Amino acid sequence: MTDRPNAPLLEVRSLRVEFETRRGPLVAIDDVSFSIAPGEVLGVVGESGAGKSLTGTAIIGLLEPPGRITAGEILLAGRRIDNLPYEAMRRIRGREVGAIFQDPLTSLNPLYRVSDQLIETIRTHLPMNEKEARARALQLLQEVGIPGAAERLDHYPHQFSGGMRQRVVIALALAAEPKLIIADEPTTALDVSIQAQIITLLKRLCREHGTAVMLITHDMGVIAETADRVAVMYAGRIAEIGPVRKVVQEPHHPYTVGLMGAIPNLGHDVAALTQIEGSMPRLNAIPPGCAFNPRCPKVFDRCRVDRPDPMPVGGSDVACWLYGEGR
Amino acid sequence: MAQETVLQVDNLKRYFDVSKPWLSRVLEGGGRQVVQAVDGVSFEISKGETFSLVGESGCGKSTVARLIVGLYPPTDGSIVFEGVSLSNPAERARHPEKQARMQMIFQDPYASLNPRWRVGDIIAEPIRFRKLLEGGAVKARVGELLEQVGLSARDAEKYPHEFSGGQRQRISIARALAGRPDFLVCDEPTSALDVSVQAQILNLMKELQASLNLTYLFISHNLAVVSHVSTKVGVMYLGRLVEWAETRTLFNRPKHPYTRMLLDAIPDLDMSGRARTPVAGEVPSPINPPSGCTFHTRCPFATERCRAEVPQALSVDGQNVACHAVEEGRLPEWRGLAA
Ligand SMILES: Nc1ncnc2c1ncn2[C@@H]1O[C@H](COP(=O)(O)OP(=O)(O)OP(=O)(O)O)[C@@H](O)[C@H]1O
Ligand SMILES: Nc1ncnc2c1ncn2[C@@H]1O[C@H](COP(=O)(O)OP(=O)(O)OP(=O)(O)O)[C@@H](O)[C@H]1O
Ligand code: SF4
Ligand code: SF4
Ligand SMILES: [Mg+2]
Ligand SMILES: [Mg+2]
Repeated sequence: MTDRPNAPLLEVRSLRVEFETRRGPLVAIDDVSFSIAPGEVLGVVGESGAGKSLTGTAIIGLLEPPGRITAGEILLAGRRIDNLPYEAMRRIRGREVGAIFQDPLTSLNPLYRVSDQLIETIRTHLPMNEKEARARALQLLQEVGIPGAAERLDHYPHQFSGGMRQRVVIALALAAEPKLIIADEPTTALDVSIQAQIITLLKRLCREHGTAVMLITHDMGVIAETADRVAVMYAGRIAEIGPVRKVVQEPHHPYTVGLMGAIPNLGHDVAALTQIEGSMPRLNAIPPGCAFNPRCPKVFDRCRVDRPDPMPVGGSDVACWLYGEGR
Repeated sequence: MAQETVLQVDNLKRYFDVSKPWLSRVLEGGGRQVVQAVDGVSFEISKGETFSLVGESGCGKSTVARLIVGLYPPTDGSIVFEGVSLSNPAERARHPEKQARMQMIFQDPYASLNPRWRVGDIIAEPIRFRKLLEGGAVKARVGELLEQVGLSARDAEKYPHEFSGGQRQRISIARALAGRPDFLVCDEPTSALDVSVQAQILNLMKELQASLNLTYLFISHNLAVVSHVSTKVGVMYLGRLVEWAETRTLFNRPKHPYTRMLLDAIPDLDMSGRARTPVAGEVPSPINPPSGCTFHTRCPFATERCRAEVPQALSVDGQNVACHAVEEGRLPEWRGLAA
């Protein structure tokens, strides 16, 4: 694992996101910091509801009220983007930051042909005429592996299968060759072969164009193959972040250890999958100290009182009192 | 084991007309275009079993699911559920009691939850519809279901947009379970979930299956999940079933070249350095599928006969395979996954 020589393309510093509710504010993202270098893939994993999508949404400036950023900064190529006016942010979105959302239907308009949606996006960001844009649209559909792309180009979204729609959304995000791609579960509806194709495509973009990718997924197989580093999130915070081999093969944080054990494996036959007992606390009931303490098999007194911050442990950063000066 | 057959599907077909409108065809040229999404699929599911469908994106898995629960009528073929034919809308209309015993968990949890309803009402709907419970008991049951899928009873007050992707998927699972179905069609039920919640849901589904004798049709592209939950697995390619067998048999002794290709493409989590062989070639368009065995364009064992003649499924020891090479006995032994 090389140290990242490049200045980061994306830097998130102490990000905090809250939801205003009648019963007071709910903290959904709490003091999250990380960076991604050009050409690097940062995988983001973690419990459902941990705040992975919200972090991505905050970066591209699409948080919807009552959600808002209440502290921290987000920098793209050294420039702050978390406080930009709507118009300026809209220009960055698509052109410099491409987003693939978890839900393919929200990014596709059911009333327009796929060709129209691709051509419009391409022409908004790139100086191309209708004909050139159409050729580029076709090329994109082929790159994401839509069979019979030429025949499919003029179809409507509902005429595509779930996985095909997801690939159309990927094509839309790649249309203007952005510098940073935020991919939220881009391959969850896809089978392994298409997954491999999309991953190869993303990796090629990273290599050839220095594109940086924030890859949110719960699929550890995809992470193991694609990511350079991984961040593990739990209850709105980063529990562990480090090089992919370290996190997958020598997880430190008890939550990461549990997560790795819950993966079904083809080779092993078990009656029941290992599950981490209990569930993640609701946002309004996050316990004091370490948020994982009610479920943690290694919990000790300090965990119930003080909140651990990430600190270096064997090449990763781990937020757990078992390590460092904690004990 | 003489088990009771719950679902029997025979020569099921569904074609979609995706032609341009008539007028533009006349003006711009171009003929009719038909997608053969499902093209002659037959299988049976016995009570208490889990039958899984796997195959590449677009091969027709969701369409099979939708035909079975009656969201689309079949172009051809028959569907017999608990001994009653539900092959066309008229037959379905005559058997609402059968329809009520099937529930479906959709691939897309966003599209299937009404954004204007509170989660509690969404989950209570099948309970009220089937008049399973009344008054306060409905609310208690909703709370219990929410807890079962790892959410909290208080979440009943909220709206779907207040939940993350995986939390929404769990809401749709709770709703499907609420109607006390005997037969559950699960289209990628856990693909939006992180592995620990996935484990929770899969374990829950197995427990419910054991205690209530539920039958599942399960669709997933995750072969590890499929190997974990299924009794039998069917592999689909371009609208047809190319191989189906008991789960262990299929994973240990895959016969069809396509099944082998899928198994070879599984990502390597152990990072053992096992070469992951990407599936070679592209999925052909279902609008103009190849002749003969539709897999011949990607198959290393294809011959003239494969290009000309559609292979029929052969059954050997309960393992069914539609492939000429298998029939002709010229297929090499499977090397196994570990290689
Ligand atoms: N509009 C909202 N109002 C209140 N809470 C919200 C809202 N949107 C999201 N949340 C909460 O914020 C938390 C983080 O959600 P987020 O969508 O980021 O999760 P996630 O990590 O992406 O999970 P998943 O893997 O299930 O997609 C969740 O607990 C969710 O309930
Ligand atoms: N309503 C429709 N109109 C036209 N074509 C359709 C329609 N629904 C499905 N198709 C086509 O039928 C084929 C099979 O689609 P289906 O949704 O069953 O695939 P799938 O196996 O579920 O794929 P995925 O894994 O991507 O969800 C695809 O080529 C799809 O484009
Ligand atoms: S800080 Fe304590 S409770 Fe939290 S993960 Fe570490 S050992 Fe467990
Ligand atoms: S029938 Fe021929 S082309 Fe089809 S899978 Fe068998 S060997 Fe390959
Ligand atoms: Mg999410
Ligand atoms: Mg589908």
